[in-house]
Amino acid sequence: MVWRGRAKGKGKPLIELTDVAYSYGDGELLGDMTLSLPAGSFYFLTGPSGAGKTTLLKLCYGELLPTAGHLRLFDQDVRSLDRDGIAEMRRRIGVVHQDCQFLDHLSIADNIALPLTVAGQSVSGEQDNLAELMSWVGLRSRADALPPELSGGERQRAALARAVIMSPDVILADEPTGNIDWEMSQRLLQLLVELNRMGKTVVIATHDLGLIRAAKSQVQARVLRIAGRRIQQAGADL
Amino acid sequence: MKDVIKINKITDFIIGDAQAERAVPPTGFTARLTLFAAAVMAFLAVFALALSVSAARLSERWASELAQSATVRISAPQGQMQASTEAALVVLQTTPGVASARVLSDAEQRKLLEPWFGPEMPLEALPIPQLIEIVEGSEGLDAEALRLRLLGEVPGAVLDDHARWRAPLVAAAGRLSFLGWFSIGLIFAVMGAMITLAANAALAANAKVITVMRLVGAKDGYIASAFVRRFTLRSVTGAALGMGLGVIALLILPTGGGDDSLLSGLGFQGASWLWPLLIPLLAGGVAFGATQAAARRTLKELR
Repeated sequence: MVWRGRAKGKGKPLIELTDVAYSYGDGELLGDMTLSLPAGSFYFLTGPSGAGKTTLLKLCYGELLPTAGHLRLFDQDVRSLDRDGIAEMRRRIGVVHQDCQFLDHLSIADNIALPLTVAGQSVSGEQDNLAELMSWVGLRSRADALPPELSGGERQRAALARAVIMSPDVILADEPTGNIDWEMSQRLLQLLVELNRMGKTVVIATHDLGLIRAAKSQVQARVLRIAGRRIQQAGADL
Repeated sequence: MKDVIKINKITDFIIGDAQAERAVPPTGFTARLTLFAAAVMAFLAVFALALSVSAARLSERWASELAQSATVRISAPQGQMQASTEAALVVLQTTPGVASARVLSDAEQRKLLEPWFGPEMPLEALPIPQLIEIVEGSEGLDAEALRLRLLGEVPGAVLDDHARWRAPLVAAAGRLSFLGWFSIGLIFAVMGAMITLAANAALAANAKVITVMRLVGAKDGYIASAFVRRFTLRSVTGAALGMGLGVIALLILPTGGGDDSLLSGLGFQGASWLWPLLIPLLAGGVAFGATQAAARRTLKELR
């Protein structure tokens, strides 16, 4: 597995939502969502806190299932997948969680290698790949540190490294710059742009308009604003 | 080829994936609880097994050995004892199914009475019946016919084929053996219940680990195997320790009452010493099943 591997099928829709709704209890959190994310595209998801950005991302990697409508991931109806099928599909989607979701008893290198481990791939055979990836996110010297020993920016970069180690076709990042300073958020954005240039689809949920503006000079991105539980396209280009 | 694949699966399970094993943090008290429970249960299982095997052995011996022998007891006035004994011997020698008949000597009769009267008792002074020991032939003895014949030809001669007291003893030994096996079943059921509780505790304590593993693409089988392997190996280790201690305890039990005594004859003989080796394997099987079921149930609920 080479994490820098280029994504195939540029332009082909990888994630498709048709009239998707998600309700919890009596409340509808998202409704009437129709969206197609083609391979190699770069999207920002924005909107006020509680608008449903995280819920939409969770639908996109199968942690939540739509309560109405159709959701296709890699041309497969997500409802037709069992738990193992969803696990297989998640290996094609790298996720950077807002709270990083690390295992605190494992070193940061082991955390980054976790997707390889659970996929039954030999970590020892991927040492060079892992070292290169850690250098790319600037964490080579922190390989043996435990997650609580890292700063917010280092944790986000480590989360990004873990998200891309399986060379996924799609990278979803939920508020990746929420807890880090401006300089560090620029570094992270640069890494995500670089991944997009490798052909990977990148979706960033953020309410940080500064980050969106900063991306303007680097990549052609689309902004989707979620408001009133619906998607509104805020602008084709930045 | 299939055997090779099976052996590979077992060795893979035992050796495991060190990296995967580390993904689940060590579970302190559940580890010690599983080890301790498995050791104690295996220790008890050794005794239940020994009881069962010993009782079965005793039952078999009583059933086979005593069934091959009988006794004729002759009560007659002092002057007629010799004549009655000879008449009884004639009857026995002409009875089908009697392989041999032997008159017990005074010394043998004295030895039989020794536990009750002591060695100094002057036997000649007592009107003690004469005993004739009969060994049954392989073709079998018709005890009822012999009893009627003795009644007609040798008044005062009574046949005792031991059936009256042998049957309840054999039945009791058989039931004791069954209870031993039943206890082993109960012991393993309790072991399964305790391992299920410990596995549930470990799974609940590691809910976050399970969530993270799932988020990065782990399948249920992979997550379950990390717990199953850990609990199975702990149970096998604990049960091996308990089994070893149980066998040592059996070895140092006092002996000397002979094989016919259940208490002093409690233990294994010959190849039956291999039976306890099955206990750790059974414990491993129980732990594997219990943890697998607990893990599958928890993972289903955690969707």
